[in-house]
Amino acid sequence: MTTQHAPAIQVHGLDKSYKDLHVLRGVDFTVARGSIFALLGSNGAGKTTAVKILSTLLKADAGTARVNGFDVATQAAEVRESISLTGQFAAVDEVLSGRENLALVARLRHLENPGRIADDLLARFSLTDAAARRVATYSGGMRRRLDIAMSLIGNPPIIFLDEPTTGLDPQARIEVWQAVKELAENGTTVLLTTQYLDEAEQLADRIAILHQGRIIVNGTLDELKQLLPPAKVEYVEKQPTLEDVFLALVGADGKDGDTGQHPIPARK
Amino acid sequence: MSKHFFSDTTVLLGRSLRHITRSMDTIVTTAIMPIAMMLMFVYVFGGAIHTGSDSYVNYLLPGILLITIASGIAYTAFRLFTDMQGGIFERFQSMPIARSSVLWAHVLTSLVANLISLVVVVLVALVMGFRSGAGVTAWLSVAGILILFTLALTWIAVIPGLTAKSVDGASAFSYPLIFLPFLSSAFVPTDTMPTVLRVFAENQPVTSIVNALRNLLAEQPVGTDIWIALAWCVGILAVSYAFAMNTYRRKIS
Repeated sequence: MTTQHAPAIQVHGLDKSYKDLHVLRGVDFTVARGSIFALLGSNGAGKTTAVKILSTLLKADAGTARVNGFDVATQAAEVRESISLTGQFAAVDEVLSGRENLALVARLRHLENPGRIADDLLARFSLTDAAARRVATYSGGMRRRLDIAMSLIGNPPIIFLDEPTTGLDPQARIEVWQAVKELAENGTTVLLTTQYLDEAEQLADRIAILHQGRIIVNGTLDELKQLLPPAKVEYVEKQPTLEDVFLALVGADGKDGDTGQHPIPARK
Repeated sequence: MSKHFFSDTTVLLGRSLRHITRSMDTIVTTAIMPIAMMLMFVYVFGGAIHTGSDSYVNYLLPGILLITIASGIAYTAFRLFTDMQGGIFERFQSMPIARSSVLWAHVLTSLVANLISLVVVVLVALVMGFRSGAGVTAWLSVAGILILFTLALTWIAVIPGLTAKSVDGASAFSYPLIFLPFLSSAFVPTDTMPTVLRVFAENQPVTSIVNALRNLLAEQPVGTDIWIALAWCVGILAVSYAFAMNTYRRKIS
């Protein structure tokens, strides 16, 4: 039902204003199928607005956007069949358990066997132990993992992640990165927005910098690096970063995101 | 209307009913205020109020039931507001589901929660001496009017639920609705009120609804009150539904 050879996302001349605030001023970019595309920008650059337009939550004032070959303005229902959105704030139901959250989304996507889909995803995202607990008791990292797991239900070909690691601790951030990489390896197209340079550097095949409502550069990491004069060689003593120290102390594999099993006791 | 409207609404209704059963305190608090009012009016003021009715609790109950609904729908606005604040609302909107089912699930949940609160209040009234010899048809009519009134007020509650900027704002709209029965025939007959107030009291929706409910329960002829009551309920329902849907459409487009 889709034009398989069309790019996953095509955006042309996108414009959006809120009253007198001109948020997007002619945004153009294209995302190839199966790639990870990072929209990098500081707060207020218009990243979330762009994602909301692409996920049919907002209407653009001008310009066109096609997602999975469908026009977001005129074929919104088809676009919604093709995407999943993980918004800036974890879109999970705090009152329900993790398993119930997943089963809810599976039912809303009209899939058979919602319970089994939920169990599979719980296992894949290391949440099986917490499956029956209310999400209100989850840590930030667990909540984000559940959030992303909910977005995978029904295998939508395109996933939007709006600032997926904002507010997460370093371990949870690495867990999310791992999940995103696995997605792309399985052929899902990922468009993520971030304000963290290292996140774009770690994950993205292509990076576009959105600044004051315009894409000012768009390219691979290497292309972006070539915009600056070649690096000059300097000898600097390699010090561990604070992140290295932190992760070495608390253990980088804390998959549960909980405390209590680490070699060095947390504060008493 | 999408082909999945009914199945999507059912799934989402199941979700918000779980919210209710996991926070039964909201239903209990909804019932406590009207029960306290009923206790106070029957045992404190009741002896001094002359209504021409044998039992003050029989006289009072219809008004108390409307107050129960008016305070119950504040939670509808609160639940909708909470969904809007978290990301879950946007997740639903970006999914291929019938768009209005998100709203209908909240409305039907409100109906269920209010019916539970109403049953609790009626049970307490029975303990306090409320008696009615009304038959099945009369009780069904009472239930029908209460359901219509709940739906009408619920659709009003949807509007602040969608547009409020804060939790307090989302539920503050219910205070005037809770107060309205006091300016009606719910607690005292309107005869002794000053003219201006009496004209207002006799022509506002609560009075005709209260009178219709009271007459149904007391096995008295309902006269024109029941038609005026139904007209008010359906009228408020139609207007608030149109406004709420319009607000919703602007919110999601």
